[in-house]
Amino acid sequence: MTHLREGYGGRGPVALDVSALPNYAFGHRSLMWWATACMMVIEGMVFAMIVMSYIYLKGRVPHWPPSGPPPDLRWGTVNTAILLASCLPNALAKKAAERFDLTKVRLWLVVCLVFAAAFNAVRFVEFSALNVRWDSNGYGSIVWVLLGFHTTHVLTDFLDSSVLTALALFGPMEAHKFVDVSENALYWYFVVLSWLPIYAVIYFAPRIV
Amino acid sequence: MTRHEGDEKRRRDDAGRPALSENDPRLEPARLDTERRLLDRTWANGRGLIAWISDTDHKAIGRRFLVTAFGFFTLGGILAGLMRIQLARPENTFLNPDLYNQIFTMHGTTMMFLFAVPVVLAMGVYLVPLMVGARAIAFPRMLNYGYWMFLFGGIFLYVMFFLNTGPDAGWFSYPPLAGPEFGYGKRSDVWAQLITFTEVSGLIVATCLVCTIFKLRTPGMSLNRMPLFVWAMLIVSFMVIFAMPSIVISSTCLILDRLVSTHIYNQAEGGDPILWQHLFWFFGHPEVYIIFLPALGMMSEVIATFSRRRVFGYIEMVLSMAATAFIGFGVWVHHMFTTGLPQFGQSFFTAASIMIVVPTSIQIFNWIATLWTARRLRLATPFLYMASFFFVFIIGGLTGVMLASVPLDRQVHDTYFVVAHFHYVLIGGSTFPLLGGLFFWFPKMTGRMMSERLGQASFWLLFVGFNLTFFPMHLLGLEGMPRRVYTYQAAMGWERLNLLATLGAAIIFVALVVYLINILVSLRHGAVAGDNPWGASTLEWATSSPPPPYNFSPQPTVASREPLWHTELTPPPIVGLDPSKREVLVTYLLDAEPDHRYPMPGPSLWPFLAAIATSGMFVWSIFQAQGVVWGSIPIFVTLVGWFWPTKGKKALQHGVHGRLALGDSLS
Repeated sequence: MTHLREGYGGRGPVALDVSALPNYAFGHRSLMWWATACMMVIEGMVFAMIVMSYIYLKGRVPHWPPSGPPPDLRWGTVNTAILLASCLPNALAKKAAERFDLTKVRLWLVVCLVFAAAFNAVRFVEFSALNVRWDSNGYGSIVWVLLGFHTTHVLTDFLDSSVLTALALFGPMEAHKFVDVSENALYWYFVVLSWLPIYAVIYFAPRIV
Repeated sequence: MTRHEGDEKRRRDDAGRPALSENDPRLEPARLDTERRLLDRTWANGRGLIAWISDTDHKAIGRRFLVTAFGFFTLGGILAGLMRIQLARPENTFLNPDLYNQIFTMHGTTMMFLFAVPVVLAMGVYLVPLMVGARAIAFPRMLNYGYWMFLFGGIFLYVMFFLNTGPDAGWFSYPPLAGPEFGYGKRSDVWAQLITFTEVSGLIVATCLVCTIFKLRTPGMSLNRMPLFVWAMLIVSFMVIFAMPSIVISSTCLILDRLVSTHIYNQAEGGDPILWQHLFWFFGHPEVYIIFLPALGMMSEVIATFSRRRVFGYIEMVLSMAATAFIGFGVWVHHMFTTGLPQFGQSFFTAASIMIVVPTSIQIFNWIATLWTARRLRLATPFLYMASFFFVFIIGGLTGVMLASVPLDRQVHDTYFVVAHFHYVLIGGSTFPLLGGLFFWFPKMTGRMMSERLGQASFWLLFVGFNLTFFPMHLLGLEGMPRRVYTYQAAMGWERLNLLATLGAAIIFVALVVYLINILVSLRHGAVAGDNPWGASTLEWATSSPPPPYNFSPQPTVASREPLWHTELTPPPIVGLDPSKREVLVTYLLDAEPDHRYPMPGPSLWPFLAAIATSGMFVWSIFQAQGVVWGSIPIFVTLVGWFWPTKGKKALQHGVHGRLALGDSLS
């Protein structure tokens, strides 16, 4: 594109013909990728601020947790395993979308949904295994906020993916919807990866630190 | 449109790449006219209320944002006037203490959340796509949703205020005063939920702007050729994205403490009210720069135009703005010097706060250098507004340096000295340049010039009135008058300065009325502006005033930082965007090389419906916790309606494969 740096002095009307360009793109070339990236930064900042608040409140009391046992490890760990395993169908759905392979997109989206449903079900149990109520003390409040905020993410992503799956199964799929599938998969990675530090904070900060 | 034969050939030879075509017949005037007629039809919005609500044109939404924000500015200003009347003499009974508390809280909340931030973002919404030579803003429906959320949030706040449920714990709403122990009724819930409305709106606009600036710049506009205003908006958008999550979480926790009995800010149960202050100011201080940096961008554009030369030290200007943004995240604790911090914390935050002076000064000196070496200085109204920045903002900056030092801050904390300081910074640093910027871009937005005579009159009235109102407050603060008191005793001796401030406020009122009259008169009777009345250098002046819905035809490319001043360079305009679809050209981030064509979504009623559903949930949830669950159902329904493709679009299974094969993702 060096011509644009120098300009076109006195060579008559020249045009830049873009009609041959494709009308979609994946990854960082697409607008949707950047919007998803902004979204991930925003949500990531929210998680970071809650974790900072957790650490701040931890420093204000002599014992952590102030009373009662720390959260049971079992269900949180089961859920971490489910989340990590869901990365596989997620990766396959993303790959299929980038190849416009509708059959495989449908298949792997449905598998992803099964994982997300399982995750949400276990998450329900996880709350009851925290061994503290949100209104017991400051510790309980911040743990519930942290877990609750992550839950809104898995829940909204579950609903969001359901719509996308319904669209892939029954609706018209144009090129941009494949880009959406790909970016939706990217966002799911974020939901999974952001869980790991939260898991560490909720389950191990009261035990180790 | 029938394609030229040569075109087809070139497409086959060079599939998937943009090509230069010499003596392109599509640039002939007759062909361009046909294309424009087609574009007019494609990008038309239709008539009637529903079409108006559904509009996705960034200029229409930007104008609406501006008008709405100025509407709230008027309301906030009226509240300020009421406070000045109350304080004009000692032991006045014009307002009772309870109403006064609501009024100063409403004034601060309105000015910060419903005026200052939305109005600068609105300028970005209107101007950025034009300045980067794009046909549209990224995610226009999302933007429309963001506008309605902003409007509904503001209406919600004022309705509650008129029902005697206006927030009353100050614009930063500290617990425990705002918490469940002392914040009675629904007042602080209203405040916290208003914040939710505005943060949704602000984050959406910031995301739209980042995507537009990164991906929709016209070919040739590499990052180092972006106008300084666009740089300012980019940096501000990032600041919004990094700062607002902090208030998302702090206001959510406040509302949880109040509604479902969590103890995050409750000292007695292992929470901590100081945590609120950290979270709030981690957002609240960057907020000041969010308000202030776009004004600096406007300053740069106006100063360059009126001195007929490019701004001195472009790279330094950009780096200074970025540095201000970075350092701005490391100074929040200077709002909390009186909460009892460790010595090290005090020193660190003092140093960081004073460090802000460096990048700010670099910009001020660069502007002075620009003016010093001006080809020809034109002293019109926009320039006066920008010039007043040097006086007003620097006073505010100097008191800011004073407040950054702990011993002085301890003395004047929560006095009128602080009130004077931040009004100098915010009005001098943002509102003056904003009013100048509005005067400057008014011809682009409306096609007509504003009256210079009325403009000068309103400027001088505002300048005098402003200083008369706020300068005495420095002295009142030093004499010990605390902020947020509804009255004072005659024996304190604060009477004269307060009366002076009230007189000043009356002059500000007159000045703004003159400004408003100027707008209204000029809309009908102003001189016709033409494309580029000020002889400015950036792309928004390359199109008609007001611009067509698709901004440019043909879309220009650029070969320099000041495309309209370097007429010796004639970079090739763009052909080949399909005029029967709302196609825009997406480019690569760094050098803005053409990447792909992207069909922008057209008008839709769904964003409006989704905004109504979301607002319903927000309002319901402050009265009943279950509102969060049930209120989410309509939101889900409207979002599905929004996302579901409309009929008539070609589906992939039905033969778009030929098109897709051009993409490199398949190869």
